[in-house]
Amino acid sequence: MSEDVKKPSEPLFSKKNKKLVTDPLTDNNPITIQVLGICSALAITVQVEQGVVMSAAVLFVLIFGNVIISLLRNMIPSRIRIIVQLVVVASLVIIVDQLLAAFLPDVSEKLSVFVGLIITNCIIMGRFEAFAMANKPWPSFMDALGNSFGYAWILILVSIIRELFGSGSFYGIPIFGSPLPGEEWGLYTMGYMNNNMMILPPMALIIVGIIIWVQRSRNTALIEEH
Amino acid sequence: MKFLEKIVHKHEPKFAKGGKLEKWNPIFESFTTLAFTPAITTSKGSHIRDGVDLKRTMMMVILALVPCLLFGIYNTGHWELVAQEGNRAIPYLDQFWSKVGAGAFVVLPLVVVSYASGLIVEFIFGVIKGHALHEGFLVSGMLIPLVMPADVPLWMVAVATVFAVVIGKEIFGGTGMNIVNVALTARAFLFFAYPTKMSGDFVWMAGDEVDGFTGSTALGDLATFTSDKMMVAGTEVVEGTSEAAVTMFQNTYSIMDSFMGMVPGSVGETSVIACLIGAALLLFTGVGSLRIMLSFAIGGLAGGFLMNAIGSNPYMDLPAMHHLLIGGFAFGAVFMATDPVTAAQTATGKIIYGFFGGLIAIFIRVLNPAYPEGVMLSILFMNVMAPIIDHYVIQANVKRRLKRLKTA
Repeated sequence: MSEDVKKPSEPLFSKKNKKLVTDPLTDNNPITIQVLGICSALAITVQVEQGVVMSAAVLFVLIFGNVIISLLRNMIPSRIRIIVQLVVVASLVIIVDQLLAAFLPDVSEKLSVFVGLIITNCIIMGRFEAFAMANKPWPSFMDALGNSFGYAWILILVSIIRELFGSGSFYGIPIFGSPLPGEEWGLYTMGYMNNNMMILPPMALIIVGIIIWVQRSRNTALIEEH
Repeated sequence: MKFLEKIVHKHEPKFAKGGKLEKWNPIFESFTTLAFTPAITTSKGSHIRDGVDLKRTMMMVILALVPCLLFGIYNTGHWELVAQEGNRAIPYLDQFWSKVGAGAFVVLPLVVVSYASGLIVEFIFGVIKGHALHEGFLVSGMLIPLVMPADVPLWMVAVATVFAVVIGKEIFGGTGMNIVNVALTARAFLFFAYPTKMSGDFVWMAGDEVDGFTGSTALGDLATFTSDKMMVAGTEVVEGTSEAAVTMFQNTYSIMDSFMGMVPGSVGETSVIACLIGAALLLFTGVGSLRIMLSFAIGGLAGGFLMNAIGSNPYMDLPAMHHLLIGGFAFGAVFMATDPVTAAQTATGKIIYGFFGGLIAIFIRVLNPAYPEGVMLSILFMNVMAPIIDHYVIQANVKRRLKRLKTA
């Protein structure tokens, strides 16, 4: 009987599975190490709220997508696999887009095309190709979890810095006071000003660059050979 | 000096390898080499042609900047008084010493803040990375206050300096490794981060302007020439013709005033004559590159003539010569474009680099009124292009010599 030769099933939270979650958070981060998904990270990190919503959208799409692709992996003919993956991710993105438009119309408007552009986010197609096509649903789920949180914490960190210094607030709550002419309070009465460059995408690139710099100087094994 | 030398030698072992204060060696070494020539000599294969080291070269540039600094101090004082009285007709040499005092009160804090914040960053990086303090900042620290408007808040200067040193220089590996000019990075950062404090009509004169007085610069006025409402120093050009506008502009900012620098602008950039004295010193000591300075000026002239030829708005009709005298053109050509680290290195490359620097500066000025001062942006742009220029110059040379080899 095949029952006898079947390997003992792997525990759900084995070391290997846990590593699938923790690795993308640090040493194999999709943004800082693989340098994927940069476009959205630069474009929508002006405010924390947008960063959080975008992260949640990517989390949803990546987890469901990875699991679906993993379930279908033995049925997908390899010649048309990219098209199948695109169909899956596009359907999921449409669901997210409609949900956001229905329940968070403000944020949805600010994110504009970038929700739709999740379809082309390299992290998602990359995980489908590199992981879900060759692994079982549970590890795929763990992998999606790790990668989307790895994406999320960079996004949220960048957006916290940009909102704090660019608009003087955190999640819409004023931290440094108000710069409105005539009714200034807080730091602005002492001549402090919001940094306009934080609002511009180049500054997000610089902040991501600094995160990469700090990460690689703490762990020199991550520095690429030239 | 003997006395100082004794103290230094007494404490040297503490900072040497294995000593108690080994970690602080970079700082100790920086200060001692500032006062004394280091006793260490190259042991083999040296290529030294004379006794000048990086610190001495940097001191030469600072000496060349002194005329600009002194003139800038007086000019700042003058325009502060003008803004207070609301009267541009105040004779330039009236109340000489009170203007010097007022100017020094504005400019010297800028210099101190720029040096202090930049050197702190350099010290931190020096201690972390264990290398001696980089001398490069000696010049950048002097250039930064000279390219600031007089009214800029001190904390902004500090923020911009820290940003420029970290992002413009240290991230690439420190002095000699930077891709873009550090002082211009600081200015560009402020220009985009705090535009209301870096451009417009109310930042060029220290202190508060009297009501109704417009403290605009020559470039600020010229930028309005592309709009429907042409202004010169706060008064509208009544007959809207191109000739009237240019004549009125040249009456307010005459060629002579622009050349001497008796016009409002960033602290040290206004005086062409002070820049030329600096240029003479740089060329005489061989620190600056004549190729870059000349081709930058020629590029600017070419841009000016091209604009004259098109002449579709009053700004384009401004005589090309006048373009070289206003704004930071001369200062940029002499002190910024010639930065040996960020400029092109090959002889032909320098000419191409300078020419396009000047040309693009005029293009940005005239064609994009949102950026009145194009010199900063054009030099930064050419800094980025310099390695490509050098690459193609070298490749062309290789090709030419290969051809000669084949025909021989």
